Amino acid sequence: MKKLLAFCLLSVSLLLSGCPDTTTHSQGVYMLLDSSGTYRMEVKKAQAIINYLLGRLQPGDSLAVARVDSASFSEKDIIAKMTFDRRPSVTNQQKRLFKQKIDGFFATVKGSAFTDITGGVLQAVEYLNETGSGKKFILIFSDLKEELAKGHVRDFPIELSGCRVVALNVTKLRSDNIDPREYYKRVEGWQARVQAGGGHWRVINDLERLDTILAE
Amino acid sequence: MSLAQILNIWPNSPVLSLIIALLVAVFLLYLARRPAHKAIYSLSRVIHNAFRLMARSVLSAEKKVVERNNEVLLTAGAKAAERMIEREFHRVDAVVRRDMSGYPALQRKLADQVTHIDEDYRESSELPVPPADWVKAVETLAKLPSKGDSWVANILGEIHKTGVSQYKSSMEEYRKAVAKRHSLLEKMMPYWRKLSQTLNQVDKAIIGLHERTRVVDSRMGEYEEIRNKTDKAAHMLTASSMTQFFISAFVLLIAIGGAVINFNLIALPMSEMVGGGSYIGNFKTSNIAALVIILVELAMGLYLMESLRITHLFPIIGQMDDKMRTRMIWVTFTILAILAGVESALAFMRDRIAADMQALRQALASVETTQPVMRWIPTVGQMVMGFILPFALAFVAIPLESFVHSSRTVLGVAMAALLRLIAFVFRLLGNAAYYTGEFLVNTYDLLIFPPLWLENLIRSKEQETDAKDSIVKEEVS
Repeated sequence: MKKLLAFCLLSVSLLLSGCPDTTTHSQGVYMLLDSSGTYRMEVKKAQAIINYLLGRLQPGDSLAVARVDSASFSEKDIIAKMTFDRRPSVTNQQKRLFKQKIDGFFATVKGSAFTDITGGVLQAVEYLNETGSGKKFILIFSDLKEELAKGHVRDFPIELSGCRVVALNVTKLRSDNIDPREYYKRVEGWQARVQAGGGHWRVINDLERLDTILAE
Repeated sequence: MSLAQILNIWPNSPVLSLIIALLVAVFLLYLARRPAHKAIYSLSRVIHNAFRLMARSVLSAEKKVVERNNEVLLTAGAKAAERMIEREFHRVDAVVRRDMSGYPALQRKLADQVTHIDEDYRESSELPVPPADWVKAVETLAKLPSKGDSWVANILGEIHKTGVSQYKSSMEEYRKAVAKRHSLLEKMMPYWRKLSQTLNQVDKAIIGLHERTRVVDSRMGEYEEIRNKTDKAAHMLTASSMTQFFISAFVLLIAIGGAVINFNLIALPMSEMVGGGSYIGNFKTSNIAALVIILVELAMGLYLMESLRITHLFPIIGQMDDKMRTRMIWVTFTILAILAGVESALAFMRDRIAADMQALRQALASVETTQPVMRWIPTVGQMVMGFILPFALAFVAIPLESFVHSSRTVLGVAMAALLRLIAFVFRLLGNAAYYTGEFLVNTYDLLIFPPLWLENLIRSKEQETDAKDSIVKEEVS
């Protein structure tokens, strides 16, 4: 009887005080910003998405914003990254700081010659795995047209298991208008690549419906 | 061999084959009529009897439940009546202690007042001396004619003077005596008033006591009915339990609403303490912590009410000696007050965090931040609510006790009704099985009506022949 009582007390105390699960419910978001060519004109939209994410993410979640340039598989391309504190008041301060960094970047953003999306995705997977988040989101704010510098190798499968890849604001290029199949081919190519890597693919072009970005 | 092959009795003529098959089937069914009827009847009776048995056993269970309910109800009613009678006796005792304990003093007061009045009355009853009769004689003498004799006239004048002065002095004394008597009677007035007030007090006390005794009488009557286990008492207690059940359920719903508001007040600031991103299972740790605080407050409220002997959910607390109970009252009240203070602080923190979040959202949405007017009003309101709600929740113990007690009766009544319904369904199914048997037998006969018709025809012919034979035999004899 005493053993049973001790077991019950131990179970209750463990339930109430110990083993709080902090990883499986936290979210990790890595946003890739295409800064090449005409995409520089879309910064306002990107800023709105980041602000939405800052408002939506909870204490304990992680957020990183990185630019996509000629060689994006690098920490140097991360504009701002932060794992929010567990206390809401500190989280609010961190979000303000994050916003300041992003605003600073947008004020001085410069275009890049090439667009290494694959490198950015690889960097995103690395970062998200490090955060140990329960739900991992990679947001690609780009037209998905990859242009690699000479010598860069990116045509290999990417491991994306457990990641939800969301392509945002995939704009149609001038050439897409001439032959729309190019656009569909580009999007389908990325979809196939993500799904082959074990990831989940989604495209959101209507930025009025930002609430669906972090949906299951 | 397939069924089609079996039925293909007449080759290349399915209709003829079917007719032959039907005739054979009807004939076979006719041959098997009696055993088939018996089989159908026995099956239907078995099902009918089984359902009847089940219905009977369910009804017997229902009877036991009703008896148990009555037992529980009457026991609870008797206990409640005992408590009420005890309370009434305590009230009577309090009235007697309060009013009757002052009776010796009151009696002394009354005796003093009566003595005073008596003395004053006696003093006032002494009549003043009336004016003397001889004054008239002096006046008569003074009126006598002096007949010119100066000496006689002087004597008579002196007599008259003396008479007048004597008359004046005696009238003065008389007036003084009357005035004194009046003043004594006047002094009696306040005593009379006091006496009247004292008697009024006594009257009120007696009337109060009389009313209490009437209440005790009525309670005793109810108690007697409960002890005698009359139907009236059982009905009365059932109705009372139902009312208690619904009222306490309603109050509990209100309390749940209060608890939800309380929860929302402290859940957000709790995330500042235990972390906003940690979970226990699928629930946020901060939410669970807030819920635990509210439940602890409820538990403290229960203990407090129990220690105050307002509720009787935990007999072990009620049975504690008074010293221990008083300690428990103070301990639970202190914990409750501390928790109320904590909640008030958390409510303040919630207000600050919410304001900060709002400011951040406005900054993110690039909206100009505006400071609301009278911002302190919701802050103070939340803090006051945070402090009051734990104490308000402490009183949940009272409806909870009523709910627990009355739910026993209500559940019992519901259970009895359910058992009655089940018994009815069983009986219905039993009867349905019985009449289905009858129906099947009749349908069976309908299917084999041609041989039955022939049988009846032959039988009637035989009966006619038998009747003719018997008539012939009678005539011969």
